[in-house]
Amino acid sequence: MATYAAPGDSGSVVAFRPRYDHFIGGEYVPPAGGEYFANPTPVTGATFTEVARGTAEDVDRAVRAAEGAAVAWGRTSPAERAEVLNKIADRIEQNLEAIAVAESWENGKPVRETLAADIPLAIDHFRYFAGAIRAQEGGISQLDADTVAYHFHEPLGVVGQIIPWNFPILMATWKLAPALAAGNAVVLKPAEQTPASIHVLLELIADLIPAGVLNVVNGFGVEAGKPLAQHSGIRKVAFTGETTTGRLIMQYASENIVPVTLELGGKSPNIFFADVADARDAFYDKAQEGFAMFALNQGEVCTCPSRALIQSSIYSSFLADAVERVKKIKQGNPLDTDTMIGAQASNDQLEKILSYIDIGKKEGAKILTGGERVDLGGDLSGGYYVQPTVFEGDNKMRIFQEEIFGPVVSVTRFDDYDDAIKVANDTLYGLGAGVWSRDGNTAYRAGRDIQAGRVWTNCYHAYPAHAAFGGYKQSGIGRENHKMMLDHYQQTKNILVSYSQNAQGFF
Amino acid sequence: MAVNRVDVTADAAGLLRRLAGRHGPLMFHQSGGCCDGSSPMCYPAGEFRTGNADVRLGDLRVDGVGEPIPVWMSASQFEYWKHTHLTIDVVPGRGSGFSLEAPEGVRFLIRSRLLTDQELAELDGHKERPVPAGEG
Repeated sequence: MATYAAPGDSGSVVAFRPRYDHFIGGEYVPPAGGEYFANPTPVTGATFTEVARGTAEDVDRAVRAAEGAAVAWGRTSPAERAEVLNKIADRIEQNLEAIAVAESWENGKPVRETLAADIPLAIDHFRYFAGAIRAQEGGISQLDADTVAYHFHEPLGVVGQIIPWNFPILMATWKLAPALAAGNAVVLKPAEQTPASIHVLLELIADLIPAGVLNVVNGFGVEAGKPLAQHSGIRKVAFTGETTTGRLIMQYASENIVPVTLELGGKSPNIFFADVADARDAFYDKAQEGFAMFALNQGEVCTCPSRALIQSSIYSSFLADAVERVKKIKQGNPLDTDTMIGAQASNDQLEKILSYIDIGKKEGAKILTGGERVDLGGDLSGGYYVQPTVFEGDNKMRIFQEEIFGPVVSVTRFDDYDDAIKVANDTLYGLGAGVWSRDGNTAYRAGRDIQAGRVWTNCYHAYPAHAAFGGYKQSGIGRENHKMMLDHYQQTKNILVSYSQNAQGFF
Repeated sequence: MAVNRVDVTADAAGLLRRLAGRHGPLMFHQSGGCCDGSSPMCYPAGEFRTGNADVRLGDLRVDGVGEPIPVWMSASQFEYWKHTHLTIDVVPGRGSGFSLEAPEGVRFLIRSRLLTDQELAELDGHKERPVPAGEG
């Protein structure tokens, strides 16, 4: 196949600028504090650009710019907003390869994923919400012969969005598309680990969006994210991340009495019932791939199927086949289109994964494959690579209970249906789950009994628009990826009208 | 030295001295979930509101830092972590969340080991047991 030239090298399909400022009010403006921070690529560990280090002053400027744009944007017709979203989608599609390479370089993920998943999904997501907003209906309720309740959707105003680093562009899109479709103005803060690729996208679409409707302030969580979450001009905060910051954002939101949507991760069970192994056919092959899906995006997915639950009667043979499958995962330069697993997004992420592999061993879990950092040689020696790792252990172990956010799956067995559901639900989280069975009844019942917002059934890691995504339990609040997300970005206006000519009779 | 549930490396202690000098009294809350989950989040004391859903694992006493630094975790998470001893370390990185150290180009990191049976026995019947918020 092919290896893309690294951004900055001759022949690359994309070039980053040496420096990125904030995007506020339709133009790039330098940070009030005058400081920038270095942005390394996890592919090699080398810095490739620097990014504005935002502070409360920059956030305030962005919120004011958004406030200035929100009223006019909120009054545009759904058809106009849909047209903007469709044009954004078209522009991304026309530049798919460049954006995909930029995203790979930024995050460390294989370019074959950004080419085939991240960016195409982002394109479709804008188109989906372009359609959803045009098809959205208000409500008319006839309360009696003379009284009618009209329900209108109205935008919230200015919303704050804090984006994670695992899918920098796709996660920004999941939040931006519904917010813009609903008529809100946005102040968005990318993750400090992945602050640059969104600007490659932004430069391509900036002319399509009225000034001030979309503002991007870069910086660290404590310096830029916190003032955004606390800002009194923000009417709603959306966050994807972890539980402690999620709680802190709720706490800040309570100061301003504004709603939040939170996606805080999970520890998703992937359940393989015995009948999966009834034949060595295409379905068995598909289920094996389903097991290996823990390595997708280096395991840096909130719904990583990081707990594999295999029925006892097929445990040994299914697991042996699965480990062989995992050993065939090709690790390498993320810009090589043959590479299946690339680099972890940051050094601290790498260190965290290694610390989990360490406690897994100390707790007595057995490594069936992997378990080590990888040195890929050459320029890639400075990058953050970990072998796909399969642990065998018990659901009470820490590696079964916390999202490692790396290419690590923890495997255990179950005896029967009830046992499977008990183990699957023995977790603080409830974001995703996988169920594999040839028996539709078993699969259906398991899907309903698992306490999680998304149960992939005989599939995994598909993220199409129009399928709701969000968490039960400590995995968060709200549903993305579906038209119901519009409700999280809209007020309800009720106009209650009497068409009667007569007094009510109280006075 | 008394048995404890949470400790700090010399490097992390040095960072805490610098952070305390800049931000005043500090606290930790251990995160869970995705992205930067599993990371200990360091805040100015009182910034994160602890409540009935939290337990205090212990207080870090760092030379040169006046106030002990309490380390908290949600009670539900503690149920899955209580058999392990935690050491707060620091590594180069670019952590996320609102933790105070991220702009320094470093990230607090948890290292873990199993508590021994003897340590667990001592901790079980002891004042060092995690104290629910409001009682501590």
